[in-house]
Amino acid sequence: MRISAETFRQIIPAVSLVLLLGAVFYMQPRAMSYTGLNLLFNLAVPIALATVAQMLIMSVNDLDLSMGTFVSFSACVAATYLQSAPLIGVAILLAAIAVYATIGMLIHMRELPSIVVTLGMSFVWGGLAVLMLPQPGGQAPGWARWLMTAKPPLVPLAIVASVVIAVVTHLIVSRSSFGVLVRGIGGNTRSVARAGWSVLGLRAATYALAGFFAILSGIALVGLTTSADANIALRYTLLSIAGVILGGGEFVGGRVSPVGAVIGALTLTLAGSFLSFMRISPDWQIGAQGAILIIVLGLRLAFNLFEKRRRTR
Amino acid sequence: MADAMSAQTIVAARGIKIQFGAVKALDGADLEIRQGECIGLVGHNGAGKSTIVNVINGGLTPHAGDLVYGSGQGHGIALARQNGVRCVFQELSLCSNLTVGENARIMNRNLGGWNWRRRALALVRNKLDEIFPGHGIDCGSTVGDLSIAQRQMVEIAISFTDAETPARLVILDEPTSSLDSGLAAQLMAYVRRFAAGGGAVLLISHILGEILSTSNRIVVMKDGKVVADRPTSAFTTRSLVETMGSVVKDRQRSTRQHTGERRLSLPARKGEGLAFEAFGGEIVGFAGLGGHGQTQALLDLYLSENGNWLPNRSPVAFVAGDRGLNGIFPLWSILRNLSIASLGALSKRTLVDDGREAELGEYWKKKIEIRTPDTGNFILSLSGGNQQKVLFARALATSASIVLMDDPMRGVDVGTKQEVYEILRSEAASGRTFVWYSTEMDEIELCDRVYVFRDGVIVAELAGDEITEEKVLASSFAGGEH
Repeated sequence: MRISAETFRQIIPAVSLVLLLGAVFYMQPRAMSYTGLNLLFNLAVPIALATVAQMLIMSVNDLDLSMGTFVSFSACVAATYLQSAPLIGVAILLAAIAVYATIGMLIHMRELPSIVVTLGMSFVWGGLAVLMLPQPGGQAPGWARWLMTAKPPLVPLAIVASVVIAVVTHLIVSRSSFGVLVRGIGGNTRSVARAGWSVLGLRAATYALAGFFAILSGIALVGLTTSADANIALRYTLLSIAGVILGGGEFVGGRVSPVGAVIGALTLTLAGSFLSFMRISPDWQIGAQGAILIIVLGLRLAFNLFEKRRRTR
Repeated sequence: MADAMSAQTIVAARGIKIQFGAVKALDGADLEIRQGECIGLVGHNGAGKSTIVNVINGGLTPHAGDLVYGSGQGHGIALARQNGVRCVFQELSLCSNLTVGENARIMNRNLGGWNWRRRALALVRNKLDEIFPGHGIDCGSTVGDLSIAQRQMVEIAISFTDAETPARLVILDEPTSSLDSGLAAQLMAYVRRFAAGGGAVLLISHILGEILSTSNRIVVMKDGKVVADRPTSAFTTRSLVETMGSVVKDRQRSTRQHTGERRLSLPARKGEGLAFEAFGGEIVGFAGLGGHGQTQALLDLYLSENGNWLPNRSPVAFVAGDRGLNGIFPLWSILRNLSIASLGALSKRTLVDDGREAELGEYWKKKIEIRTPDTGNFILSLSGGNQQKVLFARALATSASIVLMDDPMRGVDVGTKQEVYEILRSEAASGRTFVWYSTEMDEIELCDRVYVFRDGVIVAELAGDEITEEKVLASSFAGGEH
């Protein structure tokens, strides 16, 4: 059977994760254990959630450059209000989701470039985070701490959580009617509108859902680190975009894969550990992540060219 | 209002007027569609076919006139769909990143709920089997992986499905343009069955044989009005073409003969039809219905003279048709917009000579009368017609001996047009070659020689007194079946 370009696109991320994992196990066999796997992957959970949030935004042909600061902001809320005054904390987070929905509507109605709007918003979120936590501090809510340090039998939490995130987002984005409409907007906005749907409402809902996942990312991060800092997740903006692309997504055209996005996030996290095992200084890690991205994208490009040539023949 | 209509009317449009800037797209058009009818809608470029379709399907709000659906008066996409009005657009409008079933979901609002995937798939599959038996399309595959013809088939099938309100009126805009003759025949047979079963179809096609054999009523549009609305039996291919054309009017033709040597040539497109050539001092027209390969031919001409990568001092200038998309630089001044193509000639040691640039601006401002106090003003401060003049000046200010024009006078007022025509004639007289794609008959009649395009191929060459609306129309519309 010949593999179609679409299937190949889905397979590459999984294959690259397995290869990388194999390399890590080869160099450090002790990582092949319950604790080892948990340590390797537990920072991947918040990254996976942020990647899923970014993927939602990218599925409607937009890009969220405020992802990192927004996750930092929600981490700060989680470590302060959510811990000390849960009701106020929840209210703040709900308001943040409402702001996300509003941004989505604004971008749609005024036909603004999402990059500009979210870049602007990144300063707003960053500022709010600094106002809440001028110095690193705060404390994770007990339940978040409990959740992120739980030890389920047989399979470590990091893996269980990643699978749950992948399954849930797959159901939402790839299987549900809502997901089809969202990806439809990415594919051909006009035909969705011509079928009588409200593109405005759909975009607002997509942004709100992205905001929701980004907040979960912030809470998960605080659960792991026990305290927060206004700059705790700045790297997430680029990591989340890289994760989506690595996982087989594209910037435009509504081609996204939730399972791929989670795998992409895991691969990027693992790449960091892999370099540490190779005793390469953390300074090189960003560069190495970039190199991985280039290799995977190069493979994809080569395959697309191959596919095109086969078709025209 | 509603009770005055016969019970079986699906939609009635009366006295619809729509205006885009200076152009009257619809000027009091009437169209009533009843159950069991298959209506053929024909007309030349700019007659208002697409516009009236967009009014009926709710995409455009009429500036004047009534629109009455079965359920009452009003307009809007939602109301149109409630009344079972569906539309297959000329350009493919599926989401290519989704599967066939998922596209059916998007088109059918009420298909939600548990297990909608299976129902959507069954709906499309059954309809495809019904319309195109033996189609061989895998409904689980992504639309992007299908061929153009398959996509067209899927889109047509989805429009005829009835998951929500049953489809009552399906508008097909050039549905057979990418189907081969066998598939086209299957579709036309289905259209007849659908109409016999109480549905209605509005069929737009440039293949008159299709219209004559399938529809039972033909509506001919011209200049935004319905000029004929009669049973199909009252028409023949010839009378249909004659109805689409205008009354023969007197015009002064330049009986100029080109004197120059051959400047441009292009072999027959797709290996069919006629080859193209153009001589010095000639205005060559590209005619035919919009979107039949004229723009592509212009681009091929441009690329044949001008490399894709390395700039060279090409003898070719291009005047873009879509001003906003690929014509003007909206944030620049009039002068900058004008001089951009001739910067090489205006520069001294890679720096632009401001004095000479200003001189050039003043010269062209006077010569073609750009209505502005100062060419330093923003380009957007000009009216559309004057912006278009700047684009012409940009091309003419270069040393290019060949100017390619991609329907540049779309939406320009009559006065400006006359001025530009005058400039074109004088420039041609001084030896320049113009290749002019136009969707307007008046402009085609100004040309010395005209190539008529159909389905991406040059099907006719007309010169001198042969360039008449009737002849152009006859060549633009295929007479027989596919």
